[in-house]
Amino acid sequence: MNLLGLVNYWAFIILMMIGLYILLSRGNLIKKMVGLSVFQTAVFIMYISMGKVQGGTAPILMNGDVAYSNPLPHVLILTAIVVGVATTAVGLSLIVRIHEAYGTIEEDEIQIEDFGT
Amino acid sequence: MEDKIIIRVGAKTLIPFIMVFALYVQFHGDYGPGGGFQAGVIFAAGFILYGLIFGVDMAKKVLPLSVAWLFGSAGVLIFAGVGVVTLLLGGDFLDYSVLAHDPEHGQHWGILLVELGVLTTVFGVMISIFYSFAGRRGLGT
Amino acid sequence: MTQHLPVLQVAIPLLASAVCAIVRNARIAWLIALATTWTAFVIALNLLFRVQSEGIISYALGGWAAPYGIEYRVDLLNAFILVIVTAIGSVVIPFALKSVECEVDKSKGSLFYTAYILCFTGLLGIAVTGDVFNVFVFLEISSLSAYALIAMGQDRKALTASFQYLIMGAVGATFIVIGIGLMYVMTGTLNMADLAARIPEVRANRTIPVAFGFLTVGISLKLALFPLHLWLPNAYTYAPSAVTAFIASTATKVAVYVLLRFFFTIFGIAFSFDIMQLHIVLLPLALIAIFSMSLVAIFQQNVKRMMAYSSLAQIGYMILGISMVSVTGLTAGIIHLFNHAMMKGALFMALGCVMYRIGSVDISAMRGLGKRMPWTMAAFVGAGLSLIGVPLTVGFISKWYLILGALEQSWWPVVVVVLITSLMAVVYIWRVVEVAYFKDYPDYDCKPVCEAPLGLLVPTWVLVATSFYFGIDASFTTKIAEAAARTLLGIGL
Repeated sequence: MNLLGLVNYWAFIILMMIGLYILLSRGNLIKKMVGLSVFQTAVFIMYISMGKVQGGTAPILMNGDVAYSNPLPHVLILTAIVVGVATTAVGLSLIVRIHEAYGTIEEDEIQIEDFGT
Repeated sequence: MEDKIIIRVGAKTLIPFIMVFALYVQFHGDYGPGGGFQAGVIFAAGFILYGLIFGVDMAKKVLPLSVAWLFGSAGVLIFAGVGVVTLLLGGDFLDYSVLAHDPEHGQHWGILLVELGVLTTVFGVMISIFYSFAGRRGLGT
Repeated sequence: MTQHLPVLQVAIPLLASAVCAIVRNARIAWLIALATTWTAFVIALNLLFRVQSEGIISYALGGWAAPYGIEYRVDLLNAFILVIVTAIGSVVIPFALKSVECEVDKSKGSLFYTAYILCFTGLLGIAVTGDVFNVFVFLEISSLSAYALIAMGQDRKALTASFQYLIMGAVGATFIVIGIGLMYVMTGTLNMADLAARIPEVRANRTIPVAFGFLTVGISLKLALFPLHLWLPNAYTYAPSAVTAFIASTATKVAVYVLLRFFFTIFGIAFSFDIMQLHIVLLPLALIAIFSMSLVAIFQQNVKRMMAYSSLAQIGYMILGISMVSVTGLTAGIIHLFNHAMMKGALFMALGCVMYRIGSVDISAMRGLGKRMPWTMAAFVGAGLSLIGVPLTVGFISKWYLILGALEQSWWPVVVVVLITSLMAVVYIWRVVEVAYFKDYPDYDCKPVCEAPLGLLVPTWVLVATSFYFGIDASFTTKIAEAAARTLLGIGL
């Protein structure tokens, strides 16, 4: 349980926090999407780290006792990446439409457009 | 960028290799790392490179939006269609073993077909996204 | 072919959505959607009856047996959810034909039905699957298409509402993935039944409580539990009427199902409620949601927004029932899934009729509508009575079980809150009734407003009639809900 041995998980936590912070603190919609992407990417790191087996190789059938890396998390995260891509695409296209409708992508300016002051 | 000869020639040389590499990733996918999603993205990347260099209008002449759209849906149909065929052949949904006389061949064919469906959909969707963003007119600064 | 019904439940809508995307004609897309949703409804009913007579149905996808392959597993609870989703889906589609023509761009007609069927597929997939990662994938299929559907609203505020929903929905989904990943890392399995068997062995490890926490927050975001509900009012208000009717009566219900599945089936009651004490968190949140959202609903000027806040309060009722962790309480929660779907669907569809005729659902614009659109307003009042919980309506059945459950535990303050909030529902429904029936319609408005077309009225009245039928003879739904509650609690019949 040494700290350095868990470096991947530290990276996951730090990236996740960075992503969430951007998401919460920025008013610019594009920056919000950036934050969301960083947040989602952090999760990919977590999944891929847990598939790694110390001394493991590619999951190909071989003779003898071999420690394989677990391919399942990779497959899962490939699906999650696709979901992330789709979310980003939908989010960005909404931003394009918002820009066309409001002329701005700053959250506070949109508020003013909608409710005055 | 139509007047930049180095970029044009460079891109023209690269694009076929990108696309062939995509096919390699696709057909290698059932033995090693790779598969339909990665292949579709690489294939689309090659095409998007063409669009970036020669302009979206030229790209649309090669592959109109409606065709890209059709690819996007056709892939899903291939994927789910394989499932339905396996049902009709008496197996469970997506049970590839019934596709050929030998279950091992069946598995092989099934995974290839399904990955082909994934490739088609991912390629079509990526191109559609590219067109929808790049072709959007009337955006202010 | 009948043994393949669990997978056909999802595969048929999936295929249909691809076909819908290819045909660029709204009318043909609508016909496909109609055929799909009705087929799915028949399949769901068939599954429900089969589960009732034969017990759990398990289906191995690709012929790979369950913990290794993906398993579709239908028990009484998710068969019931499937029936709710498909019933609402197939009633909203006939309604959508006219409503969508009026509220959505002509060019987007076929895309609307594509997104609608995709959303439908996603919701059915969540309900039918026995694999936790599949839950996430289907959750995102349904959510992504829901974002697109909501953004099709006429008002430009629909775009910002949809974006807000997207941000919160994506964060919720990512929390769920983290939770699933942590469960996987401890147990090495994604199959629900397998997870349920293995989690007790490793639950002393801190990873499992962390997974539990991530899942609680993620699912609560998706089901709009009180402090995480901010996306819901705007999304419901600005979406096209047909979308609001569909999503309001299905999406949050399916999220409640996911909550039940994760906390009762996978983690088990002993872990969720004895060790993690989840009900101590859920109970106050549910009570605050019921009370504050009913209060906020009273002061809304836009009736659709009023109903959105009322939905939040109703979600509170479901969670309240669940947090009792007793047979009666869970029965109340599960039966309210069905009852609320029927009445909220009817209410939003009635508002869709109003929108179709006068182009607004502001309370001031509804003056005198009781005389001009008698059938529409009668449907609104009928479903409104159910929302209040008047006897002989489905709302009464839910509240009856809820109060019984509270009395069993002698939670008198909870009984008082339920009764007070029912009175608050009277207040906000009365505001609409007063304006519609006891105020004259504005003179300056020379445009004649007549009754909504039959294509809109019939589906609305189907739901209103259902909500009365199951209010008078609730034996069918209560029997299922009670049996499902007993299975979840692990108590035999």
